[in-house]
Amino acid sequence: MTTAIKDASQDRQKTMIAEHFGKLSRAKEDGRKVVYTFVPGNLTELLLNFDLLPVLPEINALQSGMRGKTGDYIQLAEKSGHSEDVCTYVKADIGMLKSGNIGPTGEKLPDPDLLLLSYTGCFTFLKWFELLREEYDCPVVMLHVPYQGDGKITGEMRDYVVGQIRDVLIPELEKLSGKKFDEDRLREDLKRSAKAEDDLVWVLESAKHKPSPIDAYFGGVYYIGPIFTSFRGTEDAVDYYQLLRGEIEERLAQGLGPITPDGVMEEEKYRIVVEGPPNWTSFREFWKMFHSEGAVVVASSYTKVGGLYDRGFRHDPDDPIGTLADYSMGCYTNLNLPDRIDLLEKYITDYDADGFLINSVKSCNSFSAGQLLILRELEKRTGRAGGFIESDLVDPRYFSAANIKNRLESYFQMIEAKRTKG
Amino acid sequence: MSIAAPPQTQATGRLGEIIALAQSLYEDIAFKAVADWKAKDKTRRAIGFLPVYVPREVIHAAGGLPVGIMGGGDMTEIVRGDSYFQSYICHLPRSVIELLVSGRLDSMDGFLFPSICDVIRNLSGMFKLLKPDRYVHYFDLPQNFRSNLGGTFYVSELKSVAGAVSAMTGTPVTDERLRESIKVYNANSRAMNALLELRIEKPWLVPAAEYYLLLRAGFLLPVDEHTAMLNEYTLLVQQSDRRALDNIRVMVRGAFCEQPPVALLRTLERAGCYLVDDDFVVGSRFIPDPIAETGNPWDALADAFMHHSLPAASVYDEKHEKAKKLVDRVREVRADGVLLMAPSFCDPALLDQPMLQEALEQAGIPFTSFKYSEDTGQFQVIREQAGTFADAIKLWGTV
Repeated sequence: MTTAIKDASQDRQKTMIAEHFGKLSRAKEDGRKVVYTFVPGNLTELLLNFDLLPVLPEINALQSGMRGKTGDYIQLAEKSGHSEDVCTYVKADIGMLKSGNIGPTGEKLPDPDLLLLSYTGCFTFLKWFELLREEYDCPVVMLHVPYQGDGKITGEMRDYVVGQIRDVLIPELEKLSGKKFDEDRLREDLKRSAKAEDDLVWVLESAKHKPSPIDAYFGGVYYIGPIFTSFRGTEDAVDYYQLLRGEIEERLAQGLGPITPDGVMEEEKYRIVVEGPPNWTSFREFWKMFHSEGAVVVASSYTKVGGLYDRGFRHDPDDPIGTLADYSMGCYTNLNLPDRIDLLEKYITDYDADGFLINSVKSCNSFSAGQLLILRELEKRTGRAGGFIESDLVDPRYFSAANIKNRLESYFQMIEAKRTKG
Repeated sequence: MSIAAPPQTQATGRLGEIIALAQSLYEDIAFKAVADWKAKDKTRRAIGFLPVYVPREVIHAAGGLPVGIMGGGDMTEIVRGDSYFQSYICHLPRSVIELLVSGRLDSMDGFLFPSICDVIRNLSGMFKLLKPDRYVHYFDLPQNFRSNLGGTFYVSELKSVAGAVSAMTGTPVTDERLRESIKVYNANSRAMNALLELRIEKPWLVPAAEYYLLLRAGFLLPVDEHTAMLNEYTLLVQQSDRRALDNIRVMVRGAFCEQPPVALLRTLERAGCYLVDDDFVVGSRFIPDPIAETGNPWDALADAFMHHSLPAASVYDEKHEKAKKLVDRVREVRADGVLLMAPSFCDPALLDQPMLQEALEQAGIPFTSFKYSEDTGQFQVIREQAGTFADAIKLWGTV
């Protein structure tokens, strides 16, 4: 087995995560309150304002997937009446809960003091927390984030979300924490968010260079980790993204390709845009199918589920509540299908990709429903090679390595054929 | 296509004519009835809507015809629809796309996609791409139920739809017109409730398939015609000589979006189950009580949705009372048991199911569950399951 090469930024992130889970494991003895919430459109800065500790069930599920635990968790949930047809993140979470709720660091996760159902871009979130409510004796607060069905955020949508944050959420968080909302502190945290967001965008856009110094999908999921989860608005996040940017600047100056688990990718043969989340149970195997063929992902939609910063959005300290509302509504899975296609088309053009690939995951209808139309539209508009593979987020039964590898190899041959034809 | 009704329930005379009309409307997957309605006046406009619920009063007030697009059922051969969806997506969107690309939705001047799940949500975007010349709107129902928040947002959504339909028909939705439409739909609601009550009291008089066809007719006919149809049916069926069978009384949950084939309903009855309550075509009676006919009609519609609608898996259960409401309803309709029948790959229904099962178990109410799709054609397994369920309840009072 190869030992993965790690940058200083990766070590830094690992330390941040370990510290966070350490805080969670001590939360009850330290008197800290814990809020379970979701990644897309999350309100991390607001939780920070009340010194609340977030737990993100999707992250637990994907980390369980990477550690090979979800096969058992999912089967446990299915045995207790959960359908084989539904989202495996939910079932992995339920199975983990029924297995003692042990987090990725081996420590037990604390029970929630509040379930913050901020549901951006995914109906399953709603059902997920209805299910968790049956397991925990704690309140649920709903933040309904309207969908950009007509491709825009209207004034009414914004007022609705701002009103919910101001009149429902903040009073609930004050009640839970026993602390008053501190708008000045929120402004300061939002300044830090914007600073980190600047650096993240720089890192993601570095993939426009040839060769790309990063992989914006397999590597990208690590880069988005701190900003999408519990660290946005913190000094830790600012430092992490500065460090990461410095590393990428150096790679760029040296003309190096991305770092993979098997070392530096030597030759960039194919530049790909990827739509859809990755598979987590065979993440490294999946990644290897790309880097071993010289394929680098130069842009991906999955790394935008927690914010479309590359389209210019930054958290705005001058409008602290309004900016949280804008952020919630602006995440990738809250875009309508035509907008998603426009964005992917732009990525294909701006990043000079050879083609695009859709990883269609069974668990996530928010991503998957309509992807075959996305495929057709992008092929029609760009003329570039489109590929389509199927897997799942964390259900190992739905990752067929041989099948996916075959498809990818055929896909790369298709790119070669298009090149030959000119 | 369908299984014949048992002899003693076959409708004849005027009753038979009503059922024949409802059946023909159900089978009208090309929406010829809508084209005929429009042909009578060139200014008429029809707005198709997907499950589960849209306030049809707003479309009606704008002079439009609200038309339910409930999928292609078991009558639509899927030629191209499958190529738009992966195998793990439910069946409804593929038949709806089939209807669209085959031109069978051409009589619709616009489409509304109520918020129910991610599939229907994304389907709205597919329609935008495939029918760029039509009005296509994702109708976002509020999940916050405070009047000044969810209520205000909902009214803005209602006014947005009203404005769009009015622009097509040339009829502005004034408060007065909207109040009149609320009255018209309240009359429909009363007729529906009378039928529902009769079904609860004497289910042998109202076979599930007939009841279902009448519900579906309401999503195609102009509302006053449908109200008249319901009233006449309810009157006539009470004069019929249909006899009660030794069936158990069951309640159905989970079928609120993708609809079961009619033959499946007949199968369940033949297996010994009277369906005394269900959530089929639930948008047709989503607000069971009359909506306020005076005051601000927009607020009345918002209040009705937020505080007086039926529970649905697609609506956030803010008060954590779904389980209690389910059990209460079982008692209210005196059901012996519950059939949890959900469409395959239906996230809202299937994610709801463990909570519903738990509630039923706690209350000691027998239940059984199975999945279907709108084009299910083999019923033997379901018939055996439902038959066993019915027999067990008849013999032992439980399963």
